[in-house]
Amino acid sequence: MSHMAYPTQWRRPPMMVKSRFWRIALTLGAIVYLLLAFSTIEVNYARVIEGLSRAQRFVAGFLQPDFTSRSRDIWIGIGESLTMTFTSTVVGVLISIPIGLGAARNIAPRLVYLVCRSIIAVSRSLQEIIIAIFFVALFGFGAFAGFLTLSFATIGFIGKLLAEEIEDIDEKQAEAIRATGASWVQLVNYGIQPQVMPRLIGLSLYRLDINFRESAVIGIVGAGGIGGTLNTALGRYEYDTAGAILLIIIAIVMVAEYSSGYLRRFLK
Amino acid sequence: MSATEAQAPIWRHRTPKTRLAIWAGWLACVALFVWCWEMMTERTIWAFVYDAPVAANDLLGRAFPPKWGYIDSLLWPLWDTMNIATLGTLLGIVMAVPLAFLAASNTTPSRHILRPIALFLIVASRSINSLIWALLLVSILGPGILAGIIAIGLRSVGFIGKLLYEAIEETDVRQIEAVTATGASQAQILNYAIVPQVLPTFYGISVFRWDINIRESAILGLVGAGGIGLQLQASMSVLAWNQVSLILLVILGTVVVSEWVSAKVRHAII
Repeated sequence: MSHMAYPTQWRRPPMMVKSRFWRIALTLGAIVYLLLAFSTIEVNYARVIEGLSRAQRFVAGFLQPDFTSRSRDIWIGIGESLTMTFTSTVVGVLISIPIGLGAARNIAPRLVYLVCRSIIAVSRSLQEIIIAIFFVALFGFGAFAGFLTLSFATIGFIGKLLAEEIEDIDEKQAEAIRATGASWVQLVNYGIQPQVMPRLIGLSLYRLDINFRESAVIGIVGAGGIGGTLNTALGRYEYDTAGAILLIIIAIVMVAEYSSGYLRRFLK
Repeated sequence: MSATEAQAPIWRHRTPKTRLAIWAGWLACVALFVWCWEMMTERTIWAFVYDAPVAANDLLGRAFPPKWGYIDSLLWPLWDTMNIATLGTLLGIVMAVPLAFLAASNTTPSRHILRPIALFLIVASRSINSLIWALLLVSILGPGILAGIIAIGLRSVGFIGKLLYEAIEETDVRQIEAVTATGASQAQILNYAIVPQVLPTFYGISVFRWDINIRESAILGLVGAGGIGLQLQASMSVLAWNQVSLILLVILGTVVVSEWVSAKVRHAII
């Protein structure tokens, strides 16, 4: 009689949505959406079959990359990408430091804070590619437009993270500097800069890494760098050269990622 | 009095040697910057750069006001863009979940063979932007939203895979031990000890990636991979800047909405 009370079966309770009605509704909604979404995919099978031979050639090109026949273009592209990355990170960080200071609520007056925050918001909400299109239209094709694009994107990234870092500082240290009668510049120099410097260097290295990746992309719209070379190679259906370029990009990104990670650990 | 003042050393933050080293470092940085600048601007045509303010004025004059009537032909591409982002994210999830379990050091079946391969795939996917994937796939599959979906999927694998395998590695060992102690099989350990721990993170990562993918899929059309970017490309090639400005406003609106949705969902989950 008492053994009736013990259940012999156990079902795991639902992990995400607790109400049964919403579980069913969400599942049905997802299925309907997927059916609708899949029905919009139009596939031109003849074109795909034609493309498959290209895919084969691309895989072959990736396995046997051709570094030599377009080596001059590749070198120019890599050179532009790397120099563009470095200069734009330096300029972007230099500009973003005052903006980051202005966007920190605890040290900036209200008006300056709002202006700096809106600069950051504009820079962050626009994609690099879209900015690159405009800068190419304004400044002509080439690495200079790319440099401006990456600098502009760096301002939003570093500015926001730096401002948040400054807002999170240990207030007691800043208070101690203030108590000595220090001016605002002295407060920033002795009370805040030592606290945020390691983080700023780390962020700059991280952004260097991101800027290189982006520099490989904005070349597609004409802003110089390796992306332009890649676009040309694919346009000519030279998959072996494209494979070589992609391998170089992957290699540089991996080196950048590991060395920046190592440097950041070293600086901590 | 003056003698003691002269003798007392002035306090300095650093020794002369480190100061010299720091100066040398800064000098090297500046030299590198100048050298890079020279190399970068070698092929710049400065006439275009000096001309930029005039060009900007001209461009803005043509871009505003936006051509509001054009919105009718943007709704369908916008739906395509949403589909590219959503289906691409799903494709990315499907590929990333097994990779993440292979790459996490506590769940990988073989530490010396499969784990490095999985890690390499994750890094490779992360280092190639979705636009480059799209460029490649359009030349293979032909233009259309299928190329966009696959491009977004391939790029998402690295992102989701990396964050998920880190979450798996950070799971609480005691819970896994408790389930193991009941005599559970490997699959049961996975199902009852590891999955419940990483599930909220997993949903969070997926929604976050979906939000990023909305932004990325908006521009994939530039290389022919469908969505609203196709309209952007078409408008730019006929220099219809008032259509371009409307498209940018639509993209901005979509991005803001998707960011709001993703923030709400993540807040509800975590």
